[in-house]
Amino acid sequence: MIRLLALLCLALAAASLAIGPVDLASVWARNPELARALFVELRLPRTGLALAIGAGLGGAGAATQALLRNPLASPDVLGPSTGAALGAVLAGYFLGAGVIGMAAGGIMGALAALLLLLGLAGFGAGPAAGSTRLVLAGVAVATLLGVAINLALSLAPSPFALYDLMIWLMGSLADRTLPQLLIAAPLIALGLALLVRAAPALDALALGEEVAQSLGVATAGLNRHIIIAVALATGAGVAVAGSIAFVGLVVPHLVRPFTGHRPGAAIVPAAIAGAALLLAADIAVRLLPLDLRLGVLTALIGAPFFLSLILRGR
Amino acid sequence: MLEAITLARPPMLEPVSLALPPGTVTGVIGPNGAGKTTLLKALAGLSRGPGSVLIDGEPLTPHPRRLAWLPASRDAVWPMTAATLVALGLGPGAAPDAQAVAAALAACDAAPLADRPVNQLSTGERARVLLARALVARPAWLLLDEPIANLDPGHRLDVMALLAAEAQRGAGVVLALHDLDLAARCDRLLLIHKARLVADGTPADVLQERHLAGIFGVTRAANGWQRAANAPLGD
Repeated sequence: MIRLLALLCLALAAASLAIGPVDLASVWARNPELARALFVELRLPRTGLALAIGAGLGGAGAATQALLRNPLASPDVLGPSTGAALGAVLAGYFLGAGVIGMAAGGIMGALAALLLLLGLAGFGAGPAAGSTRLVLAGVAVATLLGVAINLALSLAPSPFALYDLMIWLMGSLADRTLPQLLIAAPLIALGLALLVRAAPALDALALGEEVAQSLGVATAGLNRHIIIAVALATGAGVAVAGSIAFVGLVVPHLVRPFTGHRPGAAIVPAAIAGAALLLAADIAVRLLPLDLRLGVLTALIGAPFFLSLILRGR
Repeated sequence: MLEAITLARPPMLEPVSLALPPGTVTGVIGPNGAGKTTLLKALAGLSRGPGSVLIDGEPLTPHPRRLAWLPASRDAVWPMTAATLVALGLGPGAAPDAQAVAAALAACDAAPLADRPVNQLSTGERARVLLARALVARPAWLLLDEPIANLDPGHRLDVMALLAAEAQRGAGVVLALHDLDLAARCDRLLLIHKARLVADGTPADVLQERHLAGIFGVTRAANGWQRAANAPLGD
């Protein structure tokens, strides 16, 4: 299945590189230098970012669901993505940070949201830290951070900055640059590598925290490991592309049946499928006649799916 | 030998010191809320209170082949098949061992359930699958919280016989249970009452009339168990 998904990903990446407002081949015939610049400065960052951010969101979603033992958990439902957006907004528009600063702000924001969530839900407090409590705490964290973003918007230094912020928050991969790709991709890759390393421990965690401990999983260390890795895998991406909703929630559910419902084993396929989904969505955004933002499109697909999950009773 | 000293913390459990030999089945009995689970968890090295657990003189470090813990909860979050769930008992990153999984499922009379999603099983069926998960790595110590709760009478007897067989191969078995008739089949019984170990010995020693009436509030009668007259459930 992983091979099939990877092939799909490659095909979509090739398509993503080929699609754009101008035909690169005809530009190449007239002006090779311009075609090269278009490819390296626009198409390549866009495709690379879709790959990296999609993979980060998919893998982080699978790991979050595995860690919290809750199929409704994901960075974009429980707050880390909102935290990343807030961190990036604060760093980029209020502290005047550059690309690196925004990525750092995004990661810090995601980390803060995760710590707040686990603190509120009383994580590690044994069986009392139930799924319901956790999802409720996540909704509270996400709402709180959303309000903080609104506050930041209303304090925007100028109407232009406000417009900029609003557009950025909708999530898009248009007009991103090569340096943004070169900063975000390694951070996301590092986060994903940390998640993949924890996959067997996350599988054992499916048996419950105590049983996992008795099998040799250091659960306290695992919590820290996953929190940092999820913050890396989502934070840098959100800082570059804005909020891209529902990929982290939806994708793990699509791939988990193919991994025997082992939650840790789903991380790699979820990362590849997340990359494929985001590439496909980004291609669709460019082909659709409407001026639809990427984050809006993924939410339009993801929200009904989330609803069907709830209606099926998990 | 599994040695445990000054476990847990009052009021959950008063300090106790125990030495359990391998090759025996030890039953932990006591009324609801007496502290059976707390004692078992402490023996499994899962409590955060002070105390130490030694296996053959070495401090207990968790390993699938050293000690298995079976919680009383029968919850399963993910709809994986019984075989997949049992395989997780081999430990994180362990090589797959389909033979061991099949043998553990068969030992718990759960072989026909192997390919069924665990969330679609009945509670009793899931209890047997979860027990198979605890057995699959053939651990030296089995610490089982109410493994026969939810089981039908036939499977209760099967599981008691299975645990006796595990003890025969040299494993140390400790289980909490409420069925006093089946408790009589253990090699040794620990009676917990109000967070205190009040009796420790053979079933004949522990299952005495005064314990049964005084602590459980029951007596034996011709037609089975009866509520004891003016059961002094206090103390």
